[in-house]
Amino acid sequence: MEELLIPITIFVLAIFIGFEVITKVPSTLHTPLMSGSNAISGITILGALVCSISETLDLEHIGVLLGMFAVIFATINVVGGYVVTNRMLRMFKSPKKQ
Amino acid sequence: MTTQEITVKYVYLLAAVLFIVGLKMLGNVKSAPRGNMVSAFGMLLATAATLFLITGATAISLVWIGIALAIGAMAGLYLALKTSMTNMPQMVALLNGFGGIASLLVASGDYLNKTDAQLATTQGYMLLTTGLAVLIGGVTFTGSLVAFGKLQGLKITPGRPIQFAGQKPLIGLLVFLGILLSIMLIGQPSAGWMIGLSVVASLMLGVLLVIGIGGADMPVVISLLNSYSGLAAAMAGFVLNNNALIITGSLVGASGIILTNIMCKAMNRSLANVLFGGVGFEATTSGPTSAVASNHGGGSVRELSAEDAAIQLEAASLVIVVPGYGMAVAQAQHGVSELAQALENRGITVKYAIHPVAGRMPGHMNVLLAEANVPYEQLCDLETINPEFEQASVALVIGANDVTNPAARHDKDSPIYGMPILDVDKARSVIVIKRSLNPGFAGIENELHFHPSCGMLFGDGKTMVNALVAELNETA
Repeated sequence: MEELLIPITIFVLAIFIGFEVITKVPSTLHTPLMSGSNAISGITILGALVCSISETLDLEHIGVLLGMFAVIFATINVVGGYVVTNRMLRMFKSPKKQ
Repeated sequence: MTTQEITVKYVYLLAAVLFIVGLKMLGNVKSAPRGNMVSAFGMLLATAATLFLITGATAISLVWIGIALAIGAMAGLYLALKTSMTNMPQMVALLNGFGGIASLLVASGDYLNKTDAQLATTQGYMLLTTGLAVLIGGVTFTGSLVAFGKLQGLKITPGRPIQFAGQKPLIGLLVFLGILLSIMLIGQPSAGWMIGLSVVASLMLGVLLVIGIGGADMPVVISLLNSYSGLAAAMAGFVLNNNALIITGSLVGASGIILTNIMCKAMNRSLANVLFGGVGFEATTSGPTSAVASNHGGGSVRELSAEDAAIQLEAASLVIVVPGYGMAVAQAQHGVSELAQALENRGITVKYAIHPVAGRMPGHMNVLLAEANVPYEQLCDLETINPEFEQASVALVIGANDVTNPAARHDKDSPIYGMPILDVDKARSVIVIKRSLNPGFAGIENELHFHPSCGMLFGDGKTMVNALVAELNETA
């Protein structure tokens, strides 16, 4: 259980940071916040890449194959998430100068 | 650890900082676009750094990884650029699902990459979190797909909640099984069948959980699935001993929970009630104005013509527009914006009252109206706008129903009693644009429609709004 200590500490603290950083977001930004944080959850792409690293292209290594699929899905999540968030945020305009 | 690996970990730390800063900036309209960029830059940095782990003998995998990245990037770009703003809820659901399945694949792929000898020396918590990443990732995936289907209006996933006898016990059993398998894996690290079984259980669980929830409760579901996709990534982080995944996954997990909480409060319902209550009906009769002027509790419904409504609007000093899911379905947001413009040209103040759960995802109305060039300062949330209804000459309700029902304030027997609503009935007059008198999501009639100050404009949201614009332009 000793090895768990550091990762679990990071986990717990990061959750608190998340709560602190995100509370009080105006409702106008709820959707971009959701799609933006959704893009961030594509961070699993790092794990997918690590899983996909292998010395052969021999796809008998099912683990590597799954890693490749994970790369595809995570990349869709990351790219799609950031681009769509950016598209939305560009639409939010200040009041017209009158 | 090699120097390379250590360097990569430092880059991960930098990326985590960029995510936190980016999320913080996403909380303010002015800084939000840059915040998104900051966070995207962090992701690019972390991904690029990871590629530097590919060296020497493993260089050959760059080919496959390159192809996988290219496929993913193109598909992601295509989805993000082609999806209309109206379809944004299902788009977000789908992306959530992809994040979930990626975490499931990462955890099971890493497991399969290990030899039995390696598994025997693997830390217990890593085996446990492998099971949990599979469980949460799988639920996120199929749950999101069902949510996508419901939002897209696919036949196989009807918008109404589908519940059957034994559904809840079955859900409970599957959750128990998933957790049990994860724990048992610690004792028998090489028992791969447990992971396999866990995958099956988690995929079933996602379907069972979301199929029982009605379409209008989707804002809660999407927020919750968003949270799950983060938690799944965090679990995968434990498996791989990767702090970037743990930190980032937890941030997303927290943000999803916050949104879930806001959505539940806005409906005065507990999360358990949303998940298992099976609230929501599909209107069975969709014929247009069949129920006009039906008597109801002594009051009757007053039907307006577009001309009557335009006259009321013209004489107003403050008009509060109350949009709902009906506006999204009819794609009436551009018409609404034109209408507001026509009123503003006459010196009439126009504001928008946005209920937190209006639409099918958090902030749905805000996005649609932003698309139609409505300045975000005119969009007011519930607490801000409610005191203003008393001063409003006209409250114009477009495709919103339950969130305007005064029964929520006084009728203890109403299923929506206690839900915070927009006090449109306090405006001097109310105009409701609605296709028919069919009850809304909660399956109850809206008292508002029988209120003496309320006039109904029966028809499709877009058609009626455009008719109002035409009337106003005629008299301009």
